Amino acid sequence: MMSTDNNDTKNTDSTDENGQKGDILLEMRDVHIDGFSDEKWHHIVKGVDLTLRRGEVMGLIGESGAGKSTLGLAAMGFAQPGCKIVSGTIKFDGMELTKASENEKRALWGSRIAYVAQSAAASFNPAHRLIDQTVESTVNSGIRSLEEAQADARTLYASLQLPDAENIGDRYPHQVSGGQLQRMMTAMAMSSRPDLIIFDEPTTALDVTTQVEVLVAMRDIVERFNTAAIYITHDLAVVAQMADFIKVLRYGNEVEEAETRQMLTSPKEEYTKSLWSVRALTKPEETSDDVVIEIKNVDAAYGGSVKVLHDINIKLPRGRTVAVVGESGSGKSTTARVITGLLPPMTGEVLFNGEVLPKALKDRSKDQLQRIQMIYQMADTAMNPRHTIAEIIGRPLEFYHDLSGKAKQDRILELLHLIELDQTFYDRIPSELSGGQKQRVCIARALAAEPDVIICDEVTSALDQIVQEGILQLLLRLQRELGISYLFITHDIATVQAISDEIVVMYQGAVVEQGLKSEIMSPPYPEYTQLLLKSVPEMDPDWLTNLVDDRL
Amino acid sequence: MSQSNAYSATAEVGQLRERRSRWETIKLELRKAPISAWFGFIVIGCYLFVALFSPLLAPHGEAEIFKTPFAPWDAKHILGTDQIGRDVFSRLIYGATNTIGIALATTLLSFLIGGGLGLAAAITGGWLDQLLSRFVDVLMAIPSLIFALMLLTIFGSSIFSLICIIAVLDSTRVFRLTRSVAINVTVMDYVEAAKLRGEKLGWIMRREILPNIMPPLIAEFGLRFSFVFLTIAALSFLGLGIQPPTADWGSMVRDNASMIQFAKYDITAAMTPMIPAAAIALLTVAVNFVVDWFLHKTSGLNDEH
Repeated sequence: MMSTDNNDTKNTDSTDENGQKGDILLEMRDVHIDGFSDEKWHHIVKGVDLTLRRGEVMGLIGESGAGKSTLGLAAMGFAQPGCKIVSGTIKFDGMELTKASENEKRALWGSRIAYVAQSAAASFNPAHRLIDQTVESTVNSGIRSLEEAQADARTLYASLQLPDAENIGDRYPHQVSGGQLQRMMTAMAMSSRPDLIIFDEPTTALDVTTQVEVLVAMRDIVERFNTAAIYITHDLAVVAQMADFIKVLRYGNEVEEAETRQMLTSPKEEYTKSLWSVRALTKPEETSDDVVIEIKNVDAAYGGSVKVLHDINIKLPRGRTVAVVGESGSGKSTTARVITGLLPPMTGEVLFNGEVLPKALKDRSKDQLQRIQMIYQMADTAMNPRHTIAEIIGRPLEFYHDLSGKAKQDRILELLHLIELDQTFYDRIPSELSGGQKQRVCIARALAAEPDVIICDEVTSALDQIVQEGILQLLLRLQRELGISYLFITHDIATVQAISDEIVVMYQGAVVEQGLKSEIMSPPYPEYTQLLLKSVPEMDPDWLTNLVDDRL
Repeated sequence: MSQSNAYSATAEVGQLRERRSRWETIKLELRKAPISAWFGFIVIGCYLFVALFSPLLAPHGEAEIFKTPFAPWDAKHILGTDQIGRDVFSRLIYGATNTIGIALATTLLSFLIGGGLGLAAAITGGWLDQLLSRFVDVLMAIPSLIFALMLLTIFGSSIFSLICIIAVLDSTRVFRLTRSVAINVTVMDYVEAAKLRGEKLGWIMRREILPNIMPPLIAEFGLRFSFVFLTIAALSFLGLGIQPPTADWGSMVRDNASMIQFAKYDITAAMTPMIPAAAIALLTVAVNFVVDWFLHKTSGLNDEH
């Protein structure tokens, strides 16, 4: 009770001091930002206007490279190393930030403007207790005394639904989970009761089940303290829950800005519409009795002691897609490692076309290896940065099919064409490609082997939504044309809807259920499946509100 | 803006980089190199030139003996003659070929041994890694100069055994470096992808891992070269290195060391043993300048503008 009173008084205090809801807080006019790379200055943000009033939450969306984060940081008057604000005005509460000195800006940051970064784990100092880091800038800028600030931090922890709010602050960053750390960071940003918070993809690295908790907490607290916020993300469903209005960026230009509901129901620009269409992608389900891979009673352990898979049974029908869903740590990727032979199972077996596959990778024949290919989550690390695209795609061709010279070159170009890239990519290296293009090349490398089965391990989860759609459509088309079977590991239900025929739900190293998509996605659900399905953000601005109401 | 509003895979942002040939990139980097690196390059260039063309540059033969030992500096013998009457200047030039050549051969051999085993240990892991690492620990526990002296007395100090012994002893350091940088690369997905493809150890070593650990290895190559060079000079000075009549800077210092005591009568006489010593020092400094610049460039610590 005490704490609620405390909050209420603070709330009114800050409103009295700093003006009324609806006053203009941040105004950016014709902002141009350049970045230096490769010996030249490039335009990153090309003349964007932005107006944010007190108590408003603006969503900033766009694919990677659109200039979202750069613009978000510029709202603080900050340019990352290698970037500079070239022209335009940034007025924060009447103060011109482009002309402000470094000291004046420093006084604002952490006290009146706060920033919540994408990777909380990388943003906390591992050597200090969480509560000390939470209150540091508040105490340093003299807004509150240490005792007051710490008491307030505990209240914030409680209102962010952190467990054991009284003592959790005494822990170190590695002693709490990723979702808790992200909420800690929100508490840290809130500690000084700033006028403006910039959230830079704060939930992108989290599981759906955790994401919901963090979103609810962040939305509550922003509303309660009447804070203005800029919410940067590429997840449309998330931004729909958080923002009052949305601004779409592309190539450093503004595409469109509108109130959230209006933007969701009737986007004006072609590009915005294409962003929205991503979630419309679905696949009619089909099944088949012709099983290409069957996992039978598999138990597996790391280092012979930590058992991570318990009696796994999965069937993959030929030419179909089986999606394996579950949160991180549920054993999805380990299952993939058992199939590929990287982790020989303790008991049980993997059947391929009815034949038992040797357990360990080194015992399998070249032919068996060629038939099962794998695509990874991080296309960056899945390709050797020193090889050209032609070498990456060409290697399986010469290794499995003994192609060389002209024949190999023709086949590489054919594969590039198949993944919708052109011959200009032939001699590039991976660092010259975007995330989606890299993933396409990885797909081409898997295709080059001419496999029966491709295991896709979270292949779209590191990508923007519009790029995701492109990749998923490509995979669907390849399945139609070439009859490949996919084992699709993911935690994203939207992706599952788009691509799968059958679904396997995994939880804590065991299979909860396997069945056709329509069966799994409709009641009655096992408890865990229900939680998983409910946690997936929908493109409805009221989704989160309804979810919270349901729980009460 | 002429960009179309529909999505296409080829139009994704991700092509900021301008395409340059390797030669253009090298030119660009060299233009930005600091003065110390330039100094290093020029010095190394001069040494290599002298080492390659020593028979053409030297006024006299390598082991040609003249009448007067300890002749002073004059027009015929620019730097005088040594204790048995050989032209010091000519021997200095021939010494470049011998000393640099042997040091280079030794460093290459030690990289072949240490690098190869280090890569194999990092990729295979398990008992092979343990065995090699512990063996290297044992080798490193013995002071290398004393160990080298002992081995040279056993096997005799021919140029061949000199190269082999120093290479083996030095390869322990190369092994440790290669193993530690390679282990960071072996956990990457592309190495796993290569294993899943069924690639052999040799391919994974050469094509997947080696190109990604080149920068630290090249830097280490420069440093190792300096150390090998100093070790050979030290061994020669102790009399167990390169044997006469082959000209070599370390033994030239030893042979003429006694001339330092004549400094008060003739300063040039005292300079004579100092010149080969200075030649050793200068090359070591120059190599280090270049390595410093290269390390700084490849470590990614210089990305601020």
